[in-house]
Amino acid sequence: MFGWVATLGKVSIDQLVAFGDFWQFVGRTLGWMPTGVTRWRNLRLLMPQFYEIGSRSVPVIMITGTFVGLVLAVQAFDQLANVGLQDRMGVLVNLSVIRELGPVLAGVMLAGRVGGALTAELGTMNVTEQIDALRAMGADPIRYLVVPRFLACLLLTPILTFYCDLMGAFGGWLVTTQVFGVPSEPYIYYSAEAIQKWDLFYGFVKSLAFGGTIGWIACYKGFTCRYGAEGVARACTEGFVIGFIVILVLDFFLGLGLKGVYEALWGFKSVL
Amino acid sequence: MNEPARQPEATSPKTIPAGEQPIIELRNVTKRFGRLLVLERASLQLYRGQTTVVIGESGAGKSVLLKHIVGLLRPDAGEVYVDGRRVDRLRPKEWVVVRRRFGFLFQGAALFDSMTAVENVAFPILEHRDVTEAQARQIALEKLRMVGLEEFADRKPAQLSGGQRKRVGLARAIALDPEVILYDEPTTGLDPIRADIINELILKLRRELGVTGVVVTHDMASAYKIADRIVMLYRGTFIADGTPDEIRRSADERVRRFIEGRADEEDLASLRAEITK
Repeated sequence: MFGWVATLGKVSIDQLVAFGDFWQFVGRTLGWMPTGVTRWRNLRLLMPQFYEIGSRSVPVIMITGTFVGLVLAVQAFDQLANVGLQDRMGVLVNLSVIRELGPVLAGVMLAGRVGGALTAELGTMNVTEQIDALRAMGADPIRYLVVPRFLACLLLTPILTFYCDLMGAFGGWLVTTQVFGVPSEPYIYYSAEAIQKWDLFYGFVKSLAFGGTIGWIACYKGFTCRYGAEGVARACTEGFVIGFIVILVLDFFLGLGLKGVYEALWGFKSVL
Repeated sequence: MNEPARQPEATSPKTIPAGEQPIIELRNVTKRFGRLLVLERASLQLYRGQTTVVIGESGAGKSVLLKHIVGLLRPDAGEVYVDGRRVDRLRPKEWVVVRRRFGFLFQGAALFDSMTAVENVAFPILEHRDVTEAQARQIALEKLRMVGLEEFADRKPAQLSGGQRKRVGLARAIALDPEVILYDEPTTGLDPIRADIINELILKLRRELGVTGVVVTHDMASAYKIADRIVMLYRGTFIADGTPDEIRRSADERVRRFIEGRADEEDLASLRAEITK
C-alpha cells in the first residue's frame, strides 16, 4: 500500500548519497590540485589532455561560433534595419555572442564532445578494472586521471570560447557587410564602442565555470558508471544531460550575479 | 568487537604453520551489494611464503574477497588485518604504504590501454621509487624477461594475446618486488598450454622470490599444481580448508561436486524439466 512512499524514500536517499559522493569527489580533486600543478611528473600528464580536449576541439568550436554569428545577423538585420539601426548590428551580434551564446554554445558543444569522450574513456577504464589497478598499485586515480582532465577542461574552455566568440563576430560581420551591404566601418566602430573589458570578463567567468563543470561531471560519471557496455553508455548520456542542464542553470545565476555586480559598480549601460 | 574469527568447518592443521602470525587475516567479513549477500562472516588467515588457492563457483565471492585484502572494497562488517595491523578503515593515503607490499594480477590483466607493455610495468616503479625513466625501463624489462615477454616490450595491450596480457599483468604485479601477490583467475580464458605457462610462472615466483600467493580460481588443475593450501568459498562462507590432497579426498558433497565438476542433481532435474517442456 505504501510501496510508492518507500520507493520515493529510496530514490531520494540514493540521490542524496550520489550528491554527497559527487562533492566528496570534487573535494578530493581540489585536494590533489597543488601536487597536480607543481610536480613535473604530474604536469606531463596534462599535455595529452590539452591536445585531446583543446586542440582537437578547435575545428568544431570554430564552426559553432561561425554559424551562431551568421544566424544571429540573419535574424536581427530586418528588425534593426526597420528602425534605421543597421549600422549597429555589430553591437547586438557581438554582445550576444561574447556574453551569452559563445560561452553557452561552446560549453554545450564541449559537454558533448569532451564530456562524452571523458566519461566513455574513464567508464571503460572503470569496467575493465584499470582504475582498480591504479588503486591497487598505490596510485591515486583522482590525481592520475581526474586532475589533468579537470585542469585541461578548466583552462582550455575559456580559450576555446574565445575562438568561438571570434568566429561568431566574424560570421556576424560577414553576413551584415557582405550579404546585407552594411558598410564595414560603422559596424566595427559601434561594436568596439559597445563592447567593454567587462563583457569579455563576463564571458570568461562563465566559460571557466562551464569548463570546470564539464570536467567534474564527466569524470565523476566515468568513475561511478555501472558495469558493461550499457553502463558506460548510460553514464555518457547522463553526464551530457546533467552537464547541459547545469550549464544552463549556472548561466542564469552567473548572468544574474554578474549583471548585479556591474550595475552596482558602474550603473546601467545603454548600448543602442 | 574482537569476536574470535569463525573458522572453516574443515580447518587442516597441516596448512597452518605452528606459532606463525598470519600475514593477512580476514575476521568475520560480511559484504553486500544491494540485497545480494556476497560474503557472510568469512574468516581466513593467510601465512607467509604459502600459496593459498581460493576455489569456489562463479559468484561465490572469491574476487570480492581479494579486493578486501587490498582495500579496493570495504567490508560492511568484520575486519581485515595485514601483519596484525587493522587496515579496513584506513584512509586512501594510508593505504598507499600497505599496497606497496602487494602485487595484484587482475582477471582481465587491467593493463593501461594507452601505454606499451614496458610502460605498464614501469608505472608502479616510477610511482614508488626514486628512479629515472631509463632506470625504471631497465627494471621493467627485467620483469618482462622473467615472464618471457621482453621482445614484446613496446607493444600496446591491444597487440598482445590474452595469455601475453596476463603475463604482462604478472610482470607489473611483481614490479615492486611485493611480499604478497594476489592472482584473480590467472588462467581463466587461456588454453591449457598457456594456462600451464602461468602456473609455472606462479611457482617460479614463489620459488625464486619467496612471495606469498593468494590465487582465486575455479581451474582445479591449476589449483592442484600451484597450491600449498586450498580453501573453498561457498555462498560467501569458507566450507573447506586443507592441503591439495586433503581437498581431493574431501567427503563434503559440495566440495566433491565442485572439484569433480558435477552439477547439483536438483539443478539438473529442473533443467531436464525445462527441456521436456
